[in-house]
Amino acid sequence: MDKRILEQHNLTEEEYRGIVDILGREPNLTELGIFSVMWSEHCSYKSSKIYLKNLPTTGKHVIQGPGENAGVIDIGDGLAVVFKIESHNHPSYIEPYQGAATGVGGILRDIFTMGARPIAVLDSLRFGPLDNPKNRVIMEGVISGIAGYGNSIGVPTVGGETYFNQCYSQNPLVNVCCIGIAPKNRIFYARAKGKGNPVLYVGAKTGRDGIHGATMASAEFDEDLEEKRPNVQVGDPFKEKLLLEACLEVMKKDLIVGIQDMGAAGLTCSTSEMADKANSGIEIDLDLVPKREEGMNSYEIMLSESQERMLLVAKADKEEEVKKIFKKWDLDAITIGRVTDTGRLIVKEKGRVVVDIPVRGIVRDCPVYRRPVKQPSYLREVNYLEIPEVPNDLNTTFLKLLSSPTIADKEWIFRQYDHMVQINTVLLPGADATVLRIKGTKKALAGTVDGNSLYTYLNPKVGAKIAVAEACRNLACVGAKPLGVTNCLNFGNPEKPEIMWQFKEVVEGMGEACRFFGIPVTGGNVSFYNETMGSAVYPTPVLGIVGLIEDISKIMSPGFKEKGDYILLLGKNNEEIGGTEYLKTIFSQERGIPPEINLEFEKQIQDFCFELIDKRLINSAHDVSEGGLAVCLAECCFMSEKKLGIEVSLEDDIRPVALLFGETQSRIIISASPSDIDKIEKLASKRGIPCQVIGRVREDKFIIKQKGEELINLSIEKIYSSWKQAIPNYFKLSEE
Amino acid sequence: MKFGVVIFPGSNCDYDTYYVLKEVLNQDTIFLWHKDHDLKGVDAIILPGGFSYGDYLRTGAIAKFSPLMREVKEFALKGGLVLGICNGFQILLEMGLLPGAMLRNKNLKFLCQFVYLRVENPDTPFTKLCKKHQVLKIPIAHFDGNYYAPPEIMEKLKRNNQIVLRYSTSKGEITEEANVNGSMENIAGIINEKGNVMGLMPHPERASEKILGSEDGQYIFKSMINSWIK
Repeated sequence: MDKRILEQHNLTEEEYRGIVDILGREPNLTELGIFSVMWSEHCSYKSSKIYLKNLPTTGKHVIQGPGENAGVIDIGDGLAVVFKIESHNHPSYIEPYQGAATGVGGILRDIFTMGARPIAVLDSLRFGPLDNPKNRVIMEGVISGIAGYGNSIGVPTVGGETYFNQCYSQNPLVNVCCIGIAPKNRIFYARAKGKGNPVLYVGAKTGRDGIHGATMASAEFDEDLEEKRPNVQVGDPFKEKLLLEACLEVMKKDLIVGIQDMGAAGLTCSTSEMADKANSGIEIDLDLVPKREEGMNSYEIMLSESQERMLLVAKADKEEEVKKIFKKWDLDAITIGRVTDTGRLIVKEKGRVVVDIPVRGIVRDCPVYRRPVKQPSYLREVNYLEIPEVPNDLNTTFLKLLSSPTIADKEWIFRQYDHMVQINTVLLPGADATVLRIKGTKKALAGTVDGNSLYTYLNPKVGAKIAVAEACRNLACVGAKPLGVTNCLNFGNPEKPEIMWQFKEVVEGMGEACRFFGIPVTGGNVSFYNETMGSAVYPTPVLGIVGLIEDISKIMSPGFKEKGDYILLLGKNNEEIGGTEYLKTIFSQERGIPPEINLEFEKQIQDFCFELIDKRLINSAHDVSEGGLAVCLAECCFMSEKKLGIEVSLEDDIRPVALLFGETQSRIIISASPSDIDKIEKLASKRGIPCQVIGRVREDKFIIKQKGEELINLSIEKIYSSWKQAIPNYFKLSEE
Repeated sequence: MKFGVVIFPGSNCDYDTYYVLKEVLNQDTIFLWHKDHDLKGVDAIILPGGFSYGDYLRTGAIAKFSPLMREVKEFALKGGLVLGICNGFQILLEMGLLPGAMLRNKNLKFLCQFVYLRVENPDTPFTKLCKKHQVLKIPIAHFDGNYYAPPEIMEKLKRNNQIVLRYSTSKGEITEEANVNGSMENIAGIINEKGNVMGLMPHPERASEKILGSEDGQYIFKSMINSWIK
């Protein structure tokens, strides 16, 4: 085989020799294309597998762990929650609107393929600084794309997070997490079982779009970026809505044995994986595949990533009934082949066999790499921090911090998303976690996505542990117990030992924290090669955690409720300033060592917060994260319906900036009625939890004192408008 | 009272509306399929929100050709109660059952948020349980909700008291700032001349339970029930 062709397919010569071994002959071009997508990093996890296998994946409520389209966890009442996170980074950079839109479409299909109705989408977005117009264009496109798809199909986009950093300027990250609910006894899997059963192609027609999308996502970008635009698929949310309703209707009846969506690597991936998982074979005829245009060859049809398509295997005698339901929804449902017992993927075109490959070969025999790792040299340099001079005017510093886009209000983003459709959204976006009631029960689900990549950049392992801890803390603040984790791991080029080291460290840290908290990892996604022109993103693990609230009447929210309520701090203020948003925003320094995390102590704080909520002793809870205590307190004010203020007096013996803006972990701000303070303090001392009254909720003013000296004294109106206007202001400028 | 909620391909508030009528308000409620020609004896029809046919063309422009719309039109012309919510409102405009048209929101973005509405006309079957100038808190979620009508139609709407709901502040002031999508005259909901067909952009089904932040949406549905009983 020509070296150039191998290069175009991102295959090494060694991998090619493996393919020849599997086939016992040279592959034809279509077969080579099939191997190249299935063995791409995106589909095969060949660089990450050896680390991911060490993550904890089991638990007594786990119905399905990694390896299927999504994870499944039992939540009682005969129901299961189905959830998964995926990245669509590369396409979103090339074509922000469609890239993000099809990212939503893809993750939704992963959820309803399992038999669940998607009830919520959360997204984790990373962009470059907004003073660069290119980044604003990307951000606007991505958000419109998410909105355009999610709003139309009627799945609420209920929350998420958005960070800004230079490292994402040419590598924006778009991670989308979807949560669905299914009857526990009606979960569907990707299995092509039962020799002779018909294989049905349903949904949109196959076009030439997205060919080699998975391969594209498995390489760095260079200056030929524009040429890759045709690799991005185009989404049709209306078609997907029909597909969703039709699939769920088919699943209500006993008509099919297996189903798989056609996402990355399209028809290739769905046929081979379904056959592999059922230890069967599959035979399809490409002449029967509905096509959007004339003259498509077998290579294009097998590798197309056209959206809104599904492959399903019907029970032999139910074929017509299945077709009738799809017809009702005006969708194509065509039998394109049969299940066999040969263990082979056979593809015919015009009566000729054009592909004949053992399915194991494509799905399982992909080489697994233990790539070299090396601690990056940048660490020594950035971990050293010379503490900058303290600003004279802390009021101004505080206002500046509040208007940093990472901290500022995100309403400009989330009001473009329909976050209320399906009428389950109990806590609106902006809270620590999103909360969705489960109709017909007393329960609610909570969900959050989280990951501070500045921490992971400065210390990958600690950063990863913090990501898990903080996501769990978010859940504790709304009164939920974590059920399971899905993760999206965004990194640079794994062939570079420094990147692989970051990956190894992050997975180890994440695994340690998940094991400690006892939460299973039920799936996820690895996105490597987030590099453009040799410059990589910070190691960015994003954790999606779903939790359960047993009694919906106990939901807690972050906003202060009443003037006169006491404000309490759970946890301790330490003198930690490394890796903070303060250093980044005020001094443009992304340096130091990230805050420490003691998982044991973290768990105690979370459990105590949960206990207070459960005993109905508090009126609000909000975790301290980016921007530290001062920003946390301000957010509690902003999220109070009456825009209340505070007067807080701190006695800690640490430098004022560390006290105000340090990001020490394991802290939660709560508020409570004066009559409950005694009970809370007694309970805290019984449990050995540091818990101190630090001030009271008041009107108008935002005052923080240390040992009697005023550090911050501003009107609520002033701090609110800094926080509120920051992001819209960037886009006003761009409109002029 | 028997409600029928029409499902078009692309409707996405059909289940929400059904849930509120059936589970929250305990009304006899059924779905009506857009391809049918049978209203199944319902007393009131709701065209729910969503993106019928994907709304790739003008919003609601294709839905008006759905087979069931012939019966819906007859039902409306005979005086039956028809409520169009969001996309349903847009469909009623396209069908000519209500006057005017929708433009893109003034900021050219989709908007999902709670808004305040002032009841201008409480003498309709859809608002009869409200007081004049009562303020309702109900969310919107749309891209094309910027109501437009030519001057002579606007005159007529005013003259006949057909403007039912207007975007306002929480205190009921009609201001430019409260007019989130840029609608003429802050219009959020109108009724036909005969008083039996109403369209509104806000979603009352999203504000009919305390746990969702407001129960004000119930005023609309309960008014319908109340006017049917009488």
